[in-house]
Amino acid sequence: MSATVTAAARASRGTRVSPLRKRADQFGDRAMFGICLLAALIAGGAIFLVGYQIVHGAQPAISKFGLAFIYETTWQPNFGEFGAGVLLFGTAVTSAFALLLGAPIAIAIGLFLTLLAPRGVGAVIGPLVELLAAIPSVILGFWGLVVLAPFVQEHVEPFLHNNFGFIPIFGAPQTTGLSVFTASLILTIMVVPIIASISRDLFRSVPRELQDGAAALGATRWEVVRGIVLPTTSSGVIAACILGLGRALGEAIAVSQVIGAGSEIKANLFAPGSTLAGQIALQFPGALTELHKAALFYCGVILLVIGLIANLLAGWIGRRFSYSGAVNW
Amino acid sequence: MTQAVPSRIRVQPKAGAMPPAVTETTVEMQPLVAPELVFDSRGVSIFYGAKQALAAVNLGIRRGQITALIGPSGCGKTTFLRSLNRMNDSVASFRIEGSILYHGHDIYGSNVDRVEVRRRIGMVFQKPNPFPKSIYDNVAWAPRNLGLRRGLDERVEEALRGAALWDEVKDRLKDSALGLSGGQQQRLCIARAIAIEPDVLLLDEPASALDPIATGAIEDLMHSLKGRFTIVIVTHNMQQAARVADRTAFFSLETSGEKPVGSLIEVDETEKIFANPRDPRTRDYVSGRFG
Amino acid sequence: MSGGLVPDPTAPLTPSGNLRRRQIVSRVAEVVATGAAVIAIAALVIVIWTVVSRGASAISLDFLFTGYPTGVGPMLLGTVVIALVATAIAMPIGVLVALFITEYSGAKGARTMKLTLDLLNGLPSIILGLFAFVFIVAAQEKQTAFAGSVALAIIELPLIARGSQEVLQLVPGNLREASDALGIARWRSTLTVVLPSALGGIVTSTILAVARAAGETAPLILTTSAFDPNSFSINPFEALPNVPTWIYKVSEEGNPNGYAEAWGMSLILVSIILFASLGARALLARSKRKLSS
Repeated sequence: MSATVTAAARASRGTRVSPLRKRADQFGDRAMFGICLLAALIAGGAIFLVGYQIVHGAQPAISKFGLAFIYETTWQPNFGEFGAGVLLFGTAVTSAFALLLGAPIAIAIGLFLTLLAPRGVGAVIGPLVELLAAIPSVILGFWGLVVLAPFVQEHVEPFLHNNFGFIPIFGAPQTTGLSVFTASLILTIMVVPIIASISRDLFRSVPRELQDGAAALGATRWEVVRGIVLPTTSSGVIAACILGLGRALGEAIAVSQVIGAGSEIKANLFAPGSTLAGQIALQFPGALTELHKAALFYCGVILLVIGLIANLLAGWIGRRFSYSGAVNW
Repeated sequence: MTQAVPSRIRVQPKAGAMPPAVTETTVEMQPLVAPELVFDSRGVSIFYGAKQALAAVNLGIRRGQITALIGPSGCGKTTFLRSLNRMNDSVASFRIEGSILYHGHDIYGSNVDRVEVRRRIGMVFQKPNPFPKSIYDNVAWAPRNLGLRRGLDERVEEALRGAALWDEVKDRLKDSALGLSGGQQQRLCIARAIAIEPDVLLLDEPASALDPIATGAIEDLMHSLKGRFTIVIVTHNMQQAARVADRTAFFSLETSGEKPVGSLIEVDETEKIFANPRDPRTRDYVSGRFG
Repeated sequence: MSGGLVPDPTAPLTPSGNLRRRQIVSRVAEVVATGAAVIAIAALVIVIWTVVSRGASAISLDFLFTGYPTGVGPMLLGTVVIALVATAIAMPIGVLVALFITEYSGAKGARTMKLTLDLLNGLPSIILGLFAFVFIVAAQEKQTAFAGSVALAIIELPLIARGSQEVLQLVPGNLREASDALGIARWRSTLTVVLPSALGGIVTSTILAVARAAGETAPLILTTSAFDPNSFSINPFEALPNVPTWIYKVSEEGNPNGYAEAWGMSLILVSIILFASLGARALLARSKRKLSS
């Protein structure tokens, strides 16, 4: 028996327990249960408390603007007019872009790490990809501002505009490179490691015998992936993408650093834009009127609702369809 | 030692079915009596890293026959079987010496495409491993990959008939394969393997995970498949080998060297192996003195 | 019926039928997957390289230990204080929640608790900043580092709870059975037997949680961003200087002269976070392996 157990046994002085001791133990057991329960309640309560405070803070704006807030596009703090249409559009575009670009890359990385890379290579590259997620968003945004935006503005945007400018999303570039496009690229960098690490775990969990069975039928590596690995993990991968989407939706700091604070809905990706989360980060510290703050809280409410739905959806899909756990649990 | 040979149930092929694979070849012919060699393994030794699993196996597998590999656990039978279609390649430390000739071509040669090897040499595994797809899609998956899209329905039916499964599943082809019983799943795996018309079928203890009735069904199946395919089967069950195999190879652990290593002790016609084996170790094993 | 698509078994073992084309497709897929991994690693390397090359020149003893404008000592100190306070709040609650899940809740309770933690984990940090603002800052009518710490504690909590729960679950059942057989009370064996064996995993989960929270800017922007960059204070009940909000402020000001300082701070922050993440992850894997062996 291990040393800790014998020490504990010695501490409790033998197996014959006095009635006083027994009462103390029962009290101790109940006390321990009590504080653990309390901690659980605090954790649960925190969610409700946060939700309540956000909704409460948004009250003045909700009563003034109602649901029109969601599609109205004027945002004029000086005139007390607030509409989140532009913000919602910006949030949707940047997140969709990040997911459309990031998910395939991330899934490909997951396949690379499980099926392609030799043992040693995979053990190095896997943690490196996860490190990408550990970079603080303010630093990534700063890098985006100083390095990525000028690069994009000088090379990428003109190239895309000159060759594909007939498509409205590739309109005329800005001078600064601070645009929806740059912000989307930053979000992609944030989203990829999340989806990649979950995908890698999913692909690793596909039973060896299924892959062997497929290979023994004269299938190429890609055919085994396409026919066996991807279909059996599809729902888990979708859940992972929704989790990544949730991350993109809620990102405030990095996006606000590179998106250029645009105030109109434009089809052009190279124009500046704004997102719900970014707007809060940019304007809240300097907001003077209560209505302005309430409007930003209202943005928070919308974010909360979208984020909650994304999280629940991801969990539901993962639990319902995949036969290995989708999320880290 | 001889047991009553079970009645050989022949599955009548449908008209217009896949013709039995008979080809004229120019591979070296054994004496006119014996059928040609499909596999000729010469001095095959297998290593996993530093550890040697199999020592210098010289074994010929003859066309159209069922060859059984028997012997106690851990003496390299499955390792040898999996080497025949290069399934051991996925094990990192796997190394092979000697050569395995398949119709005269070295399976581990430099120009050899592994996928092509497996297309011609199929395998059924010990534990049934149907894909989480419908019964139809399980059988149709590999033919679709190979571009055999025309007449797919017929091909699937043919394969399921050949595996003696058609009557049980013909009304529920779209159902998930995972809903089948263990014995049915294994027959599905066999149907899957024969759907692409391989030249050889390797069976790794195909009935060991199944109950006796399902086992009987599998054994009957093997008799009916014998002419069309060359079959190599690994089995723990001596009686099974006696029932189905034309030739039997006995593997055991060779303990004379430094470390015990799997080796081929004796190979001969099944009747001889069981009635009158040459090697005392074979005699001990088949009479149940050790196991 | 096979129409000649079944290869002649005696032909050489080179691709037959459509295999050549299929092998090309497979090879293309392999190249694409490798390319994706290369892109990700390239992004990481480029970002880290920029931080290191631009930040290294700013680092000096002055930089680390004096206040504005020559150094960022107060910011570093403030970040440490904020992180410590946040962890002091989150760690006990997190471990207790983990104990609740493994020792006291039934299957349904455990599932509810895990869902709760997932939801907490998914809250955007800007929302937590808003929460801390209205809950503490507005109520106190001044910015405090403590408010920021509360928001960071909410970020750390699910990470500590989840990591601790995973390790606690690995503590072998027979350890508990043995103490029960000796007549040791549940609470005593939890404290003296179960927790100590899971301690390694709990500590490393905490380190990982701190590494994550230390880089969060959004909650701090709203709670402890109006500070005196020259004051070496450790009082959490005022607005303490901190690294993330300072970097943010510098980046928003758009004055390139201040950039070097921001790169220097970035380098320090990234180095600490990356080394802590890598080290803690390796230790966590090792303690999990030790427990389950």
